[in-house]
Amino acid sequence: MKKKVLSALLSVAMVATLLVGCGSAPEETAAPAADAAAEEAPAAEEAAPAEDAAADAEAEEAAPAAASGELIKVGIINNDPNESGYRTANDKDMKEMFTEENGYEASFAYSLKNDEQITAAQKFVQDGVDYLLISAADTAGWDSVLQDAQDAGIRVILFDRTIDADPELYEASIVSDMAKEGETAVNWLKDQGLDEYNVIHIQGVMGSAAQKGRTGALDAAVEAGEMKIVTQQTAEWNAEKAQQIVQSVIDSGESFNVIYAENDDMAKGAVAALDKANISHGVGKDVVVMGFDCNKWALEELLAQNWNYDGQCNPFQAAYIDEIIKTIQSGGTVSEKTVIMEEKGFDATTITQEDVDTYGI
Amino acid sequence: MSMQKANNKSGFFANLVRKQIFIPIAALLLLAIFNLIADPSFYKITLGYNSAGDPVLSGYLMTILDYGSELAILAIGMTFVTAASGGQDISVGATMAIAGSVVLRVLCGTNSRPETLQAPIIVAFLVACVVSMLFGAFNGALVAYFRIQPMVATLILFTAGRSIAAWINNNELPIVSEPSFGYYGGFIPGIPIPTPFFIALACVVVIGIVLKVTTLRLYIQSVGINESSSRLNGLNPEMIKLLSFVILGVCVAVAGFIKVSRLSSINYSVIAKDIEMDAILAVALGGNSLGGGKFNMTASILGAYVIQFLTTTLYKFNVQSDALPAYKAVVVIALVVLSAPVVRDSLSRWWKQLRKSGAKEVA
Repeated sequence: MKKKVLSALLSVAMVATLLVGCGSAPEETAAPAADAAAEEAPAAEEAAPAEDAAADAEAEEAAPAAASGELIKVGIINNDPNESGYRTANDKDMKEMFTEENGYEASFAYSLKNDEQITAAQKFVQDGVDYLLISAADTAGWDSVLQDAQDAGIRVILFDRTIDADPELYEASIVSDMAKEGETAVNWLKDQGLDEYNVIHIQGVMGSAAQKGRTGALDAAVEAGEMKIVTQQTAEWNAEKAQQIVQSVIDSGESFNVIYAENDDMAKGAVAALDKANISHGVGKDVVVMGFDCNKWALEELLAQNWNYDGQCNPFQAAYIDEIIKTIQSGGTVSEKTVIMEEKGFDATTITQEDVDTYGI
Repeated sequence: MSMQKANNKSGFFANLVRKQIFIPIAALLLLAIFNLIADPSFYKITLGYNSAGDPVLSGYLMTILDYGSELAILAIGMTFVTAASGGQDISVGATMAIAGSVVLRVLCGTNSRPETLQAPIIVAFLVACVVSMLFGAFNGALVAYFRIQPMVATLILFTAGRSIAAWINNNELPIVSEPSFGYYGGFIPGIPIPTPFFIALACVVVIGIVLKVTTLRLYIQSVGINESSSRLNGLNPEMIKLLSFVILGVCVAVAGFIKVSRLSSINYSVIAKDIEMDAILAVALGGNSLGGGKFNMTASILGAYVIQFLTTTLYKFNVQSDALPAYKAVVVIALVVLSAPVVRDSLSRWWKQLRKSGAKEVA
């Protein structure tokens, strides 16, 4: 087994070598291909039997399926699933929804880089997909490829992230309202009725939509004089950096009673620093710990009352997209251009095991 | 030489300036004095208890000791690679992610949230070492046998490494709940000094002994200085380059192990991010030529702690952490200029003259 894993690893590395070695021109496309190769290896293994089964089932019941129409071809452009637990859940959700059983033929492309995503979009347009689903890495630069798509009669649906392009170029965009997530969290914090709020604010990568939205609400509360910031630092979604930042505040001897981390990983790092210094945290303890994204392990921390709050950032967009595609297929029109998903905030005192199982990602 | 003997004192300083270890020591002193003036409480160390009830020392200095140690371990391997191949390995962070992922995979088995460990920690560590050495050998083979520029060769793993790390664990995020796993990145009960420091110390001792009793240093330096003449002298330069990458692989496995132990978990895309830059900077700060050849291991290790000193200082003064690389860049520029032979020669000459004129005035 070990040997197999190793040989697989090495061969993946070899493939990567070949691709990167090809020279400068094709390098841009080679890099995501290598990534995809590395990622899809296990996925492919798992998917293979499932697909076989699906194919068998299809063969038997091919007649009615064919009668109702062919498979809908969708090209899905997403960010790298390794980026975060959120993205992993999002990708899994998409893969589960856009299957042959559900009447879709899906192709996937992954990249964290905008230009590579646009290249992938152009390829999908050439391949003649019916729908193009895009979670853009960056907001700019999409106009021409979306225009090409429209000319080719391809419908575009944006999910998770918006772009700066003429809204006429896409059918709908399904997004989270990050500002609202921040407001929900800050309102929850205000309701806690602490005597004073001395907040360590750990931010995500500066300029990202999640960071802006989640920071905005807290900054507003600080400006209104309701809270005080002890330190405001970006840990770039990184648990270790968050640990160092909180460690630095502890070392300096400043007092604080709230940790507002803009994702779960950073909250975890912060808690590690608290544990080291024997500062109690959680429900009814010295420090209130707040995170975002609702990772399963984070919700379990809430259930154990080690943390106080976790704000959801809903990664399950596939059902929304499916609905929109069904509407368009049946000749209807999409009523709303921007669909904002429902998102919750969990309190450690009220969360249940059921919530953890349902909403944990 | 006779000049220096005659003028003993000025010779001593001139020598010191020209000595390699002068650079990290000077940087360390500069930082130490700056902190002493800005806020002496920087040096305060307090004995407290962590939430498990074990005694721990805390304070900025301990933080430096703690986080600087993993960097010091990486600096050991990076120094060898730099000296032998005249280039740097930029895949260190990605390989650390792989090593960390392997550790968790072995500890957790197929279940990402096991109640008990599926294998002893030492086994997980050794497996990670082997995997990491293989990746090191892969890099080394590209550099030694295929004669690819080290930075280009390691760019492959730099790009693909984190995806491989995620793939090892099926893209799940395993969490180890066993408390003893956290000792390696935290504190061993009863010992108030962070464990990473002891691990780094062990690595330093082992490397020190290896350099003392074997001819490794001589071989690496001669390959780095002149490959063809070392071949004429019966060395196998390819083998030695490969060996240096394999040693770096071991260092990476140790550092990766500490990293995953800190949080008992992993995040593939950000774990040990940009750490390769710090490791290379440590080698440069140690005054080692980044073009290969002679090296000073002590200076590199000291350099690693100096970098962490700088990072911690910047954190203390609430410098935005995304601005940290800019400050480090300033240090790199200063270093590169300082370590240029032209500048160092004129510096020591200037110092000599200063001493001489000073002596004359006294006379």
